[in-house]
Amino acid sequence: MSGPVTRFKSPVRFVFDVPAGPTVSRFLAAVAEGRLFGQRCPTCAKVYVPPKVACPRCGDPLSPEQLPVKETGTVTSFCVVNVPYEGQTMKLPYVYASILLDGADIPFPHLVDAEPADVRMGLRVRATWSDALGPTLESIRAFVPTGEPDAPFDAYKEHL
Amino acid sequence: MGEREIAIVSFAEVIVERSDRDDCELLLPVLKRALGDVGLTQQDIGFTVSGSSDFLGGRPFAFVMATDVLGAWPPIRESHVEMDGAFALYEAWVRLQHGDLDTALVFAFGRPSQGPLHDVMSLQLDPYYMAPLRPDALSLGALAARAALDAGLTSEDELARIAGERRGVPTSTSEPYLREPLRAHATPTLRDGAAAIVLAAGDGARALSKRPAWIRGLDHRIEPHSLGARSLTRSVSTEQAARGAGALGFGADVAELHARFAHEEPLLSRALELPASTRVNPSGGALAQDPVMVTGLCRLGHAARAVHEGAARAIAHATSGPCLQQNLVCTLEAR
Ligand SMILES: [Zn+2]
Repeated sequence: MSGPVTRFKSPVRFVFDVPAGPTVSRFLAAVAEGRLFGQRCPTCAKVYVPPKVACPRCGDPLSPEQLPVKETGTVTSFCVVNVPYEGQTMKLPYVYASILLDGADIPFPHLVDAEPADVRMGLRVRATWSDALGPTLESIRAFVPTGEPDAPFDAYKEHL
Repeated sequence: MGEREIAIVSFAEVIVERSDRDDCELLLPVLKRALGDVGLTQQDIGFTVSGSSDFLGGRPFAFVMATDVLGAWPPIRESHVEMDGAFALYEAWVRLQHGDLDTALVFAFGRPSQGPLHDVMSLQLDPYYMAPLRPDALSLGALAARAALDAGLTSEDELARIAGERRGVPTSTSEPYLREPLRAHATPTLRDGAAAIVLAAGDGARALSKRPAWIRGLDHRIEPHSLGARSLTRSVSTEQAARGAGALGFGADVAELHARFAHEEPLLSRALELPASTRVNPSGGALAQDPVMVTGLCRLGHAARAVHEGAARAIAHATSGPCLQQNLVCTLEAR
């Protein structure tokens, strides 16, 4: 063989078994029943959905009480995904957004099923559940616009 | 210019066989205990630094998630090394030398139970010649053990004796080989764990601890990546770090060595020129419990604890990379 070697194969495959931990397990068990809840920081009173082990602001464990939250919320920020990547299940282009559920203080990322040109900060959305529920946030198929008037910026500016 | 007086004033660890908790759940009580034992909270800490590796769980940015438990508001000075927490402690010690901060929190976490750790570690080898062969960490340990045996530095009987003492169980050379010439007893006992250490400078340390473990010297050195380009029977980087840290002739009561394989203990003891009067690894070391990425920091913690509890001098050693590639040596003393 002549000429430079420009590539060679070195396949790597490892399987990891990552325990979710009690905090995440409780939340995912609820999601598998089609239910969402938040947990409150005892120090700053912020409600986290999904719950975290500790409040990142205060470092304190969240109170164990499961607070109900609505399935409606507000898009606080979003991006339009145009680039294909391996393992992608969505049809391009699609919208990935930060969604602040009503009753929560911290947004979490999920999909918005709408024309990208129609998605904007303040858009009101509602969760639509998948037919196949399981211990995964994919149990929420996507969020869809509710048709309500947009939330005013002041309503969510503290939650960006 | 003289170095600033810095001491280890607090140490906490949790080590379990297999954690069903995530990193934050594992860390939270350890951080609270290390700080609480000296009456501090995160707000009292000048510099925070952690050590961990995302390769253990196969997920990126686990170390960013871990900051959830710090209460990093108002924003804190924070750093991370993708190494054992012992090397994070080195960064904290250097940072405190600047003189503007008086306290540091160093922590580490690791859960090797999440994946095939010995195989994953082959990814730290050079990607062209070594990594494609996928020698696992046990095989590389055995390679170095063979070199040590052939050089007459140790014997299979001695490896069994060391392993038995550290593990606190009977061992014998009649056990089958795991990777010839290593038997399972001479290889690390993988564990999940987390640990935290609080450093304080000068009078601050005296106020926090009745008997601070003062850092007399701290140094770390690295050797070539390629196993063929360095000696596997003599740890030159440990010798150099030992000189830099003032470990030679230090007369330590206790030495906590990060020896993941039994044959590494005599190798390191020789590099550190440990006298027979120094007790090696009374904690059991990595042969008894190896919470990967935390094990080195625990050596510093146990050496410091020995000083807290009455020892005059102690040495801690930590390592990283295949077959003792890089080595850190710390001398600790009561004053
Ligand atoms: Zn809080």
